[in-house]
Amino acid sequence: MPGVALNETTLQASQARSRAAVLQRLRSTDATFRLLTRTAVLAVLALLSGVILSLVIGSVPAFRAFGLGFVGSEVWNPVTEQFGALAPIYGTLLTSFIALLIAVPVGIMIAFFLTELCPLWLRRPIAIAIELLAGIPSIIYGIWGLFVFAPFVQKYIQPALIDTFDGWPVLGTLFEGPPYGIGMLTAGFILAIMVLPFITAISRDVFEAVPAVLKEATYGLGCTTWEVFKHVVLPYARVGVIGGVMLGLGRALGETMAVTFVIGNAHTVSASILQPGTTISASIANEFTEAVGDLYTSSLIALGLILFVITFIVLAIARYMLLRLQQKAR
Amino acid sequence: MAGLRNNALYVRRRTRNTVARGLALAATGFGLGWLVVILGVLIYQGIGGLSLSVFVENTPPPGSAGGLLNAIVGSIIMTILAVFIGTPIGILAGTYLAEYGRHDKLSSIVRFINDVLLSAPSIVIGLFVYEILVAPMGHFSGYAGAVALAVIVIPVVVRTTEDMLRLVPDTLREAAASIGLPRAHMIVRVAYRAARAGIVTGVLLAIARISGETAPLLFTALNNQFFSANLNAPMPSLPVVIFQFALSPYEEWQKLAWTGALLITVTVLGLSILARSLTARRS
Repeated sequence: MPGVALNETTLQASQARSRAAVLQRLRSTDATFRLLTRTAVLAVLALLSGVILSLVIGSVPAFRAFGLGFVGSEVWNPVTEQFGALAPIYGTLLTSFIALLIAVPVGIMIAFFLTELCPLWLRRPIAIAIELLAGIPSIIYGIWGLFVFAPFVQKYIQPALIDTFDGWPVLGTLFEGPPYGIGMLTAGFILAIMVLPFITAISRDVFEAVPAVLKEATYGLGCTTWEVFKHVVLPYARVGVIGGVMLGLGRALGETMAVTFVIGNAHTVSASILQPGTTISASIANEFTEAVGDLYTSSLIALGLILFVITFIVLAIARYMLLRLQQKAR
Repeated sequence: MAGLRNNALYVRRRTRNTVARGLALAATGFGLGWLVVILGVLIYQGIGGLSLSVFVENTPPPGSAGGLLNAIVGSIIMTILAVFIGTPIGILAGTYLAEYGRHDKLSSIVRFINDVLLSAPSIVIGLFVYEILVAPMGHFSGYAGAVALAVIVIPVVVRTTEDMLRLVPDTLREAAASIGLPRAHMIVRVAYRAARAGIVTGVLLAIARISGETAPLLFTALNNQFFSANLNAPMPSLPVVIFQFALSPYEEWQKLAWTGALLITVTVLGLSILARSLTARRS
């Protein structure tokens, strides 16, 4: 019988040992996994710091050569190596402004249609179709804009605008010059189509979040659908809509390919929106690989830094607006 | 009733309502109209050039016929590499945000930073990769292109992974913990499994997004007129070839650009519909 006892103790001992080993292994894989996820988070952090740092370092030569006057100068001459960012900044802001001018009312009206008017069975298909617009790659908008839309604008829309507003005080200057087809207006319009789905999607979400009792109470007072929308839904959802518009603006500001095809790449600040111009992203896309010399390259990187700062500010505002909405909902 | 019908205020309100409803309908038609017009033109222009030679021949010199083989292969190679780099980092970071550091300070900072990356202009990403890879290496390369695309993949995957993991009910986590599973095993065997469809959707959406990206490839992978599987050399890609060919004066090139555009759109829209159906089936 002692043999059996001996067996039992060794068995127990080995069991305890393997138990400890298994626990140890579990503990170490646990710790390793946690460490891995933490490293990945820090990598995301490092990525953004890297982007900012590389842009700042890359743009140092340009800012050293031109100072802050870089932002306010319209000159862009690769031969004499004089560079200024005014024309691209102007073009970026102007095209985005045109885009919002068209896309905001249209987007809000589509969201109004989807939430208040559309029969239930049609809502999902229409919403998906509008979101498909967001999924089309920007280069497709570009090639379509260049071959189809710009010639159409040149042939029909621009001559009509020029004739109609000829001699008017402000609008006359706005719509002045020969119809090129490409230019600020065309680029802004294509951007409008691109940001439309963003504004529609977010507006729809916030309109749907409006409590039904509020709407029902207003209907009970005898208001029409439009009055309910205008006086109850829209004010209630205002902050969220602005957040959505800001997100759309962020996209319009940074959009590259769609604009590059139809903007004309002219470094001029022109009062007429029918004239060719350039945007920050289009300048970089068109010129970066051909840029000879450190100062030229650096000026383009400085443009990229300015674009990044602008979109960052817009995004921060959008986030703040949507955050306020969340707090209100709570 | 007759008095009401003639009441000027009532009539005005009714008219205004009708006009607004009409405008809403028109706006929806306007939005849907562009989708139809763009897709219609794309199919009309692209389908004529669609033939076997597009898939078996390389991009031609100006003035002769050819295909898009090298561009398609280049795009596929860089996309796969970008997904291989970006997905693990994205999923792990999303896991930390949803599982370990749901409420800590680091997470809220990283969430904001991830949003900044998500909406950063893609051309700026191209500049960044040019600075850190192309300039030091001294030449454009497929690696640089893949890294640029990976930088775009990461924030998309981080965001969807976190969102999807947060949808997993805590009772599942508690049940796993109560039978003694360590946290890492709980995440891998329970949480990941429950959120699998959503995470795959995120990856698919990221692939859809990068397959049409042009701007970050312009000065990282550049372009290559010939077939090249060498990641250390300039590599052609479908979007960059479209960009170059569409802006060229040669008719054959423009035709190929349209065909390439059709291919990209079909791929991207197919991927996003697939991604949507994955999550739709679950809910």
